[in-house]
Amino acid sequence: MKLDHTSLQRDLAAAGYIADDALAMALSLAIGLGRPLLLEGEAGVGKTDVAKALAQVLKTRLIRLQCYEGLDAHTALYEWNYQRQLLAIRTHEREAMPADSIEQHIFSEAYLLRRPLLEAILQAKPPVLLIDEIDRADEEFEAFLLEILSDFQVTVPELGTLKATSIPHVILTSNGTRALSDALRRRCLYSYLEFPEERKELAILHARLPAIDQRLATQVVRFVQQLRREDLEKKPGIAETLDWARALVGLDIASLEREPAAVQASLICLLKTEADLKAVPREVTARLIGKVA
Amino acid sequence: MGAAAAVDRGATARMIGFIAHLRQNGFAVGPGETELVLSTLAAAEFPDAEATRLGLKAILSGSREQWLRFDELFDAYWFGRGRKVIQRAGNARGVRNQQRRPTIWDQALPPDETARSRDIVERASGSGEDPGERGSGRLIASSGEALSRTDLRTLMSPDEMAEAERTAERLARAIRYRLSRRRTPARRGETIDVRRTIRRNISRGGEPMELRRKHRPERPVKLVVLLDVSGSMQAYSRYFISFVCGLIGTWLRADAFLFHTRLVRIADALRERDREVALAKLSLMVEGFGGGTKIATSLKTFNDRYAKETLGSRSVAIIVSDGYDTDPPEALERELQRLKRRAYRLIWLNPLLGWKDYAPVARAMATALRYIDCFAAAHSLASLAALEPEFARL
Repeated sequence: MKLDHTSLQRDLAAAGYIADDALAMALSLAIGLGRPLLLEGEAGVGKTDVAKALAQVLKTRLIRLQCYEGLDAHTALYEWNYQRQLLAIRTHEREAMPADSIEQHIFSEAYLLRRPLLEAILQAKPPVLLIDEIDRADEEFEAFLLEILSDFQVTVPELGTLKATSIPHVILTSNGTRALSDALRRRCLYSYLEFPEERKELAILHARLPAIDQRLATQVVRFVQQLRREDLEKKPGIAETLDWARALVGLDIASLEREPAAVQASLICLLKTEADLKAVPREVTARLIGKVA
Repeated sequence: MGAAAAVDRGATARMIGFIAHLRQNGFAVGPGETELVLSTLAAAEFPDAEATRLGLKAILSGSREQWLRFDELFDAYWFGRGRKVIQRAGNARGVRNQQRRPTIWDQALPPDETARSRDIVERASGSGEDPGERGSGRLIASSGEALSRTDLRTLMSPDEMAEAERTAERLARAIRYRLSRRRTPARRGETIDVRRTIRRNISRGGEPMELRRKHRPERPVKLVVLLDVSGSMQAYSRYFISFVCGLIGTWLRADAFLFHTRLVRIADALRERDREVALAKLSLMVEGFGGGTKIATSLKTFNDRYAKETLGSRSVAIIVSDGYDTDPPEALERELQRLKRRAYRLIWLNPLLGWKDYAPVARAMATALRYIDCFAAAHSLASLAALEPEFARL
């Protein structure tokens, strides 16, 4: 196994994702060892985008399972298509088919609805499986997931055991709203994503918005970097920076210090709660602009 | 392990030492991880030392704290050894040097610095035997019979403490369950379980004659208690600590915090199996506090640091305080609002409310009322027990 995280880093950059060394290394290890990778970090640091970019680099499908409270095995794994089953029972009855063969027929794979986890292990080419916000699902689901991730096979009582045709590249993300179990943490490789530093964020901005003026881009990034240091409830993430930059470009603003009013109005792209908006009044904005101009 | 054997023997030993070093510093790494690391090192070609460090970091750390500490520990082990470790000790977040003397030598050699400080901690936490701590039992005779109506200030005997714990458990049970979103089969459920219905009726040609149902079961809520132990609450605090013990002890999903001018997490201390030891540990924590009450500041600490992981849509937050705050009322209002947004229900127990002429005059209390789902007296066992139906409704 040759680990070449720098070339992976380049490929990711070509796909529009700027990864630092630690993340690139973790990803290439995850691919090399066939282990799931657990990504943690504040909301908006680009955890979900890692999976998208990776799928693009590996030229494979991205299969996504969004977790939520109350998510259960049937929504995540498989479900029978009841409506079709009922219809099939009716039609076959008219053909006077014996009950046994009807049963055989309606519990065949044609009537099985594959949900993300089953779909992911039955692909011909290993897909990227993104299990998003695992901390939102409850602990029972976590245990269930562990089992799937170590065996890579699924038992459907009516159908038998379905073995994985390919082992997916699994990426789990967590926002830390709940402490994850040690078992899951030990099973996974781990990486923590911080808010990007100035140089990296600038690179991201240029990768995503190639049209942006160099001077404005620098100002935008510096401003957001300063803003993250303020005492905010929800610090703006990369997605917010990009939104804001797009808004400023759309408003035809060439530099922040010339149009403080428009800048103030467009802060809604960065600050998403009432308290945060109040915490950054005109004077604070002016001070921050003064620092970056 | 064939792959592992291929690695140079000395390097293997060093790597095992490194993993032991991590384990000493609180990383949950076992033989499984060791094998994974060794086989990875044997099979993979890391381009340089920096890449190796990043690789090991991804494999061996499992949480944010570990991720942030890893580089320090790595440097300390592979490059530091003597001098650098000591030099870094100041800024390192509790990095423990792996050359610390093993405990088995303690008997043979004179005590070293770390051993002695450990001794002190042990002795201090065992201070439950201190006669001063138990002196409170003296009040039994005077207030014993009028137990349930006595103001809690005069109530401090072990029996009454036990009674307080039992009341706490009863109350906790009343709010224990909330509906879940996950459905399970049930005889008289509100929705039809199509999956089971079809399976069940196959033998009748798929005609759904016998319906299977499912319902939303009740699932436990999580309790988070924030207990005020400031001077004005002093008379009550011992009692309430027992109350909180009762909540935490039987409750898996519970968390508890003490506040005064600062906020301290006490759930782990309370889970101590021996109640005396638990209480002694707590008294130690409480002693470190200064005068005055900063409810808003303490709640802010809670909101900033702990709320995200401890509170969820199924959590009930209970604040026990008299509401006398030295912080400005606006600050308290802001923090309560934040707290309310995270928790499912917010309960405020106020011992002063039991006094006949008390209306929430403290300014802080008046603003707080808007965000509270249940504001109740908690000055006697009777008043606490009377809360049970109230809690059940939440």
